[in-house]
Amino acid sequence: MSATPGTGRAFVFGDNVDTDALAPGLYMKGSIEALARHCLESFDPAFARDVAQGDFVIGGENFGMGSSREQAAMVLRQLGVAAVIARSFAGLFFRNCLNLGLAPLECAEAGRIRPGDALTVDAIEGRITNRTQGQSYPCVPIPAHLLEMVNDGGLLPHLAKRLKPGTAS
Amino acid sequence: MGRTLAEKIIARAAGRSSVEPGEIVTCKVDLAMVHDSSGPRRHKAMLNQLGAKPWDVSRIVVVTDHYVPAFDADSAAILDLTRKWVRDEGVANFYDMQGICHVILPERGHLRPGIFAVGGDSHSPMAGAWGCFMFGIGATEMCGVLVTGDIWLKVPPTHQVRWAGRLGEGLAAKDIMLTLCREMGLGTVRYGVVEYVGPAIAALSMPERMVLTNMSAELGAQTGLIAPDQTTVEALAAAGVIVSDALSWQSDADAAFAKVWDFDASRLEPQVAAPHSPENAAPVGDYPGVKIDQCYIGACTGAKLDDLRMAASILRGRTVARGTRLLVAPASQRILAAAAADGTLAALTAAGAILMPSGCGACAGYGAGVLAEGEVCLSSTARNFKGRMGHPGSSVYLGSPYTVAASAVTGRITDPRPQLAEKVAA
Repeated sequence: MSATPGTGRAFVFGDNVDTDALAPGLYMKGSIEALARHCLESFDPAFARDVAQGDFVIGGENFGMGSSREQAAMVLRQLGVAAVIARSFAGLFFRNCLNLGLAPLECAEAGRIRPGDALTVDAIEGRITNRTQGQSYPCVPIPAHLLEMVNDGGLLPHLAKRLKPGTAS
Repeated sequence: MGRTLAEKIIARAAGRSSVEPGEIVTCKVDLAMVHDSSGPRRHKAMLNQLGAKPWDVSRIVVVTDHYVPAFDADSAAILDLTRKWVRDEGVANFYDMQGICHVILPERGHLRPGIFAVGGDSHSPMAGAWGCFMFGIGATEMCGVLVTGDIWLKVPPTHQVRWAGRLGEGLAAKDIMLTLCREMGLGTVRYGVVEYVGPAIAALSMPERMVLTNMSAELGAQTGLIAPDQTTVEALAAAGVIVSDALSWQSDADAAFAKVWDFDASRLEPQVAAPHSPENAAPVGDYPGVKIDQCYIGACTGAKLDDLRMAASILRGRTVARGTRLLVAPASQRILAAAAADGTLAALTAAGAILMPSGCGACAGYGAGVLAEGEVCLSSTARNFKGRMGHPGSSVYLGSPYTVAASAVTGRITDPRPQLAEKVAA
């Protein structure tokens, strides 16, 4: 995601969304494409089908609790999710998000967002605009150097870009 | 100002005299552990992409435990890739189908108090029972560790959890932990450290202590810790690890804790966590008549030798109820051998338990023993998230090995204490 991306729809979930719901163990040995089709199916069987490029996933407290499996972040990216907005994140998942190129935005007012709301996000300024409800919420900004890594697609592509001869800054 | 045990280990690994909670430091990694699901399968391609080699193979431990034994062509390919990577890179510390990674580490002498370690698995805090600062990371971060040998972290605040009194008969560390999940909640600690202290903790065996540090992950902690004592030193020696400074790794008496939590083990009742969260814990008596299709004694959390013995103490002379199945997956091959040698295994199988291979198995819905839609399981494992052990429409309750075994006998969620008392009287 960039500092001023387009508008996306909100898919709203509750507190303690766990990694096993994001990336179910039954499908962990398959490809990311196959795993992504089952993302969050235990909470909402239609989510993986309905979510589109640029949409947002909204959570309550402790989003991403559970496993270290970073596929939990990868599948959201695979499905086109632009950012996860939650009241708080599980620490391990938060680190994985940044490393896998998915912006985790901590927002105390995430609970005001309703399913289907049209949102835009400025991750550098730390602001979420809810166009449907005509509201605006502050979120914890992501430092520019980390956002650059997120925009590169995560730590690996970011490192590869930096290590590529002639492009190192 | 005194320092917590976590701060002391982090400061040592960061090459600093002291660190403050909240500051970001880079630590040298003493030990990096990966398993077949999070390990070579993921980081091999990343290392190739970077053209990099592991920084120090003597500090890397690889364990196959998630896809063992292979159950289809895909899982066989994952194991094959793991074995080939280990061979090609010359990783000597490779445990192939020997047990679950968190149990293998202390069993094979890889843990010593004061080390700073990372694991490619969220239950890595289990090593905290041995006075190690160990936390779980994702495969991409692990790739970074494998290349550089270090990792950054924000020094976490420490929550001190004090347990007074002593557990009664038929109670286990699992009952302590499920109580904590309910009382502290799953998000309160917010990636801090939980340090367990007090007479009830000191009275626990090492395998029991490991239940607490293991499930610190469920409390949302970065890791859990129990300072070494004589029990630790003896267990280290039994694993062939002799260290002179083990007892020096302690929180100072005047250390600053984010919060001190007080509990009493004396009047604790057996606890059961209802679907779909460990937080839904309540005394076992709150679940009258809940029928169980499958009882599971398995995983890093719930199938160590102590756990198997707890189950056997209930099941000796009893049988599993018709209509209920009891699956037992010992946490390691050595545990299996010890259980076979002391009669524990015979007690379990005579009661009708189905023996499963050592591995993560059904706990994470990976291997055999998963649940159908509508089925109900009572498990000695750590997590009961919706759909974790199989179909999203299945349900998992969590309890101690005593409670799981007693419930297997009746086919319903059952307080283990009457069965245990009757046994003692007999």
